[in-house]
Amino acid sequence: MPAATFVEKNTKAMESKFDVASVRKQFPILEQKVYGQPLVYLDNAATTQKPRSVVKRIEDAYFGQNANVHRAVHLLSQQATEAHEAARVEVQHFINAAESDEIIFTRGTTESINLVAFSFGEAFCREGDEILISSMEHHSNIVPWQMLCERKKMHLKVIPIDDNGCLLFDEYAKLLSPKVKLLAITHVSNVLGVENPLRQMIELAHSQGIPVLVDGAQAVAHMSVDVQALDADFYAFSSHKIFGPTGVGVLYAKRNLLEQMPPYQGGGEMIDQVHFEKTTYNKIPFKFEAGTPDFIGTAALAEALRFVEEIGLDKIAEHEKQLLDYALEKLNQVKGFQLIGKIPDRHAIVPFLLKGIHSYDVGLLLDKLGIAVRTGSHCAQPLLERLGMDTCVRASFAFYNTTEDIDRLQAALNRIGNMFN
Amino acid sequence: MNIDEIQENIIQSFDEIEDWMDKYQLLIDMGNSLSPLDEQYKKPQHLIEGCQSRVWIHASYKEGKVYFEAESDTVIVKGLVYLLLKIFSGRTPDEILKADLYFIERIGLKEHLSPTRANGFTAMLKQMRNYALAFKLS
Repeated sequence: MPAATFVEKNTKAMESKFDVASVRKQFPILEQKVYGQPLVYLDNAATTQKPRSVVKRIEDAYFGQNANVHRAVHLLSQQATEAHEAARVEVQHFINAAESDEIIFTRGTTESINLVAFSFGEAFCREGDEILISSMEHHSNIVPWQMLCERKKMHLKVIPIDDNGCLLFDEYAKLLSPKVKLLAITHVSNVLGVENPLRQMIELAHSQGIPVLVDGAQAVAHMSVDVQALDADFYAFSSHKIFGPTGVGVLYAKRNLLEQMPPYQGGGEMIDQVHFEKTTYNKIPFKFEAGTPDFIGTAALAEALRFVEEIGLDKIAEHEKQLLDYALEKLNQVKGFQLIGKIPDRHAIVPFLLKGIHSYDVGLLLDKLGIAVRTGSHCAQPLLERLGMDTCVRASFAFYNTTEDIDRLQAALNRIGNMFN
Repeated sequence: MNIDEIQENIIQSFDEIEDWMDKYQLLIDMGNSLSPLDEQYKKPQHLIEGCQSRVWIHASYKEGKVYFEAESDTVIVKGLVYLLLKIFSGRTPDEILKADLYFIERIGLKEHLSPTRANGFTAMLKQMRNYALAFKLS
């Protein structure tokens, strides 16, 4: 059977199991045209689109339930508080945390990591200690640790990767020592889509008493995450990358660690008693949530998680895997297409170059053809430097993408290639 | 031709083209026709670094006129550089400082002026004016 027929058959089989057309109807933004062309949105690793139910939840909350949480005795406040706390339970179940007190709401993955870098750093780190990260981290999982290291006169150590972008496990093992106070590692690389062997990494770190923070920003929308099975000590992710509203994030952390860590910020919500002589702090999770939380955002995040659960992460992962296989087959036929990194377990991300054409030019022209991708260094300059490039193009998928989207991308890249000859 | 006449010429040649991709094809062709910058000027002191692309620019002053040479690592930005050199190179500092560059907006390439595009183009424009001012005061 010719490859094209094989792909066609599989595509049809895939789309009968997973009704992508009806899922897409829940995302009105995907129906629009840009520059006269139907939008193909392939920048999901940057942010995802929102289903109707999430936006409706925000509207319903503002029009019918808006009152500050955890304060007043009146009905609206009670309803808002209930919704906010129900969202915490929803997140707990979504990542299988042991209890909802271990879920802290933040503004995003970045703030979650900064919280740990500050509060964990204050509680557990001393001069001369080390923090271990990898070469493929997003700047958000590099800079907070550099700041901690500067503050405490500590050292940042970096696990190297091979030429394909895969983490070198033996090198990782060699870097572990009693000086290492924390390993901070991404679940899935935001540039390469490579998944790190977290279970083995965490097991090895724990055998030496080292806790582990996982940056889950690129994982949660694409695979089922179980923080207890992983035995992660901290797990951070953003609502906007899993079809929820922007400005809301999650930090999962084990209770015993949270209880030993001092607050990150001071203000309302996080206190127990305030006197000018001395203030005592609230219990977890509230100790880490100073100020009025984005209670409408958290309720909408819960709606997004329910949306994902209804489709099922297994089905999502399967659909995305087939999209990825289809994309790699189609794009490899494009003249000058260079996939970055040979990676066995890639997740929903295709980073590439078109030979002889700057990625900025590729991205700009794709935009004019109605296709949204990301170009540049993807907030991971050290990784691109390691791979020997300044910039690349990244197409990243979500479950609402289709094989037609990929056909459009392939045709567009062919057209762009011809423009430069 | 004065600066505005050149701008009108540019606007006319882009207005004749309807399709966006064909407009960009013209820009790419212009970019490819830009003479490469002498290697001696491809140094950090001539570099304008954008987030996604780079531009190198060198200026000289002869008999009251400013001459620019420039290059970029992306062909589309090189096309924009080509247009800017066509307008500015060989002009007096006063002409450069007083010029109102309306052609970019008129040919629908305003997005390149946005700082978020981070292609070094906005910074290059500023740098050209800085050169003009420096030569004027020298």
